[in-house]
Amino acid sequence: MNQSGPYVVRPGPEAFLPPAAASMGNALPDPGQAHINGRIVPEEEAFEEAARMFLGGTVPTIFPGPLVLWAWNEKAKKKAKAIKFLYDTLKECAPQDAKPMLIPMPDYRPKYPKINPEVEINPNHPNLTIWHNKIDVCMFVGVHCHQANLSLKIIRGGTTCYTIAMCAQAGHEDACLSFRDASVEKIMHLAEWVKKLKGAVPFGALKKHVAALESKDRVGGTRN
Amino acid sequence: MDSHSIIGTKNKKGQTFTDPYHLFFEAQRIPSFFTGSEVIKEAIRRASVDLMVAYPITPQSEAAALIGELYAEGYVTDYMRGENEFGVMSECAGGSFGGARVFTTTAGPGTMRAMENFPMWSGARLPIEMIVTCRGINSPLSIQPDTLEIYFLLETGMLVWHAETAQDFYDWILMGFMVAEQPDVHLPIAICCDGFFVTHTKDVVNLTPADMCLPPYDPYRSPVPCMDMECPPVRMMRDPFIMKSNYISYATHASWQQEVRAAIERSRKHTIPLLHGLIETENTDAEILIVSSGTAVSQGREAIRLLADEGLRVGLVKIKSLRPWPYHEIREATKHAKHIFVPEFNVAGWMAREIKSTIPDSDRVVVGPHVAGGMTMPPEVIVEHIQRTLGKSVATLAGRGS
Repeated sequence: MNQSGPYVVRPGPEAFLPPAAASMGNALPDPGQAHINGRIVPEEEAFEEAARMFLGGTVPTIFPGPLVLWAWNEKAKKKAKAIKFLYDTLKECAPQDAKPMLIPMPDYRPKYPKINPEVEINPNHPNLTIWHNKIDVCMFVGVHCHQANLSLKIIRGGTTCYTIAMCAQAGHEDACLSFRDASVEKIMHLAEWVKKLKGAVPFGALKKHVAALESKDRVGGTRN
Repeated sequence: MDSHSIIGTKNKKGQTFTDPYHLFFEAQRIPSFFTGSEVIKEAIRRASVDLMVAYPITPQSEAAALIGELYAEGYVTDYMRGENEFGVMSECAGGSFGGARVFTTTAGPGTMRAMENFPMWSGARLPIEMIVTCRGINSPLSIQPDTLEIYFLLETGMLVWHAETAQDFYDWILMGFMVAEQPDVHLPIAICCDGFFVTHTKDVVNLTPADMCLPPYDPYRSPVPCMDMECPPVRMMRDPFIMKSNYISYATHASWQQEVRAAIERSRKHTIPLLHGLIETENTDAEILIVSSGTAVSQGREAIRLLADEGLRVGLVKIKSLRPWPYHEIREATKHAKHIFVPEFNVAGWMAREIKSTIPDSDRVVVGPHVAGGMTMPPEVIVEHIQRTLGKSVATLAGRGS
């Protein structure tokens, strides 16, 4: 580690092989906190920001992973219902021209010659699904942490997609925004924020937000 | 299984699953006079280990055998003997893939023989704890202390800590499990000590109560699925990315490696509160510093005392963690130093190289003194090295018999 954080984590395309944010000095949030672009913030601030990103996107997408797709315990079943509720809320509250999607990540097998990007995303080639569906903001939930980090970094490296992680463990530095200790309550709370901000975020606002972030980076010089 | 929910309950041996923080810092400590090998046994008695795989190689053989006794007594769930070190480490991988807390010990040529497994453990995110009781690895054969093997471990993707004393060793064996098993870390850990100097000498070690133990490993918090032949990492072995020639396959593989290094960095947050920092310092405002790890630090302490008798003030930096590497801590601790001496028990001087690549004005680093192949490093040798560098004329210790 040759640099103390925070390294600004924002949508790419960043580099042929972008660095892992943890290796740039970014730390994970403590309980009750989240991070936005690598900056540690109170969790509530991140809920609002995540809702704004979702509502400001043209194709806001939720990627549920195996930990919530399969009914391997009662908690998983409840989380799956909460995620469906969040998706339905997103459809209800997103601007008229937005196209919310729910695309599963059912497993992590390398699939060749390639996955079908219409119906799934795979952590080993996430860009295919992002590019094909023109996804500009997405949320990972229920994905094992190693696979999520892998995928989040590849997405940052090669796409313009804003990434959100709703992580059940310690969070993800490689997402543009990350929660930790994800629970049914937290997923429902994000849905509440989406409802609360309905109509308050113009269609396509995400693009302007990202441009502003890039401009700030150029001025501040915090992104190497 | 939620490992926190069983705190306060008892295991089959009547030990109480104890909050790790309480066990490490609040529970009563009992002074005991033990060899390093016995200390390994006592730590494992309290570590809720599911599987230990053993194979004899000096100087870790005694510890491996003593843990066999723990198995016989029921403190370790399963105990296997490997056919060689490669087999041992492969069997450890199998146990860890299956969700067990796994422990093993090795040394010198055993470490080298098993080497292929270590990056595999890291890539598969297996939080196996391995004790390395360092010894010579070269031909002609040496069983004596030598830290060259640590250098080979540094880029395997494992966490690597280097204990100075039996007390470090005892505490770090227990703490190592707690750091390695964090879901954001979840990597194998090598806890190293200098063979014989630590393993075969007796010292007073303050032990935690024998009726308290660590909470068990919770495999459901793993960042990768438990063993599943259809999912990576197991699936990787029969359908690896490298078999496909395209950008995204290579990018995935590269990201995988980066993620392992990122996990090493994340371990800082968990390690620093337990080890009270990745380094320990004394008098870093002095112009002369001794910086090292393991028992070279102990010899450094004695050298500092001898030099103080001569009116020369020398500071000390003890490096506890080699991976993660305490980059910022070393830069800060050495910022006032004009001469930085790095005593090492190996011929290569890898620690000096690491420090040179870390600090500005690296010509401040004086490589050595070195010993190797089992030689001891009397404090007088460090004193001699420092005085010569400062331009003083001193007789060499090696000439005393002439």
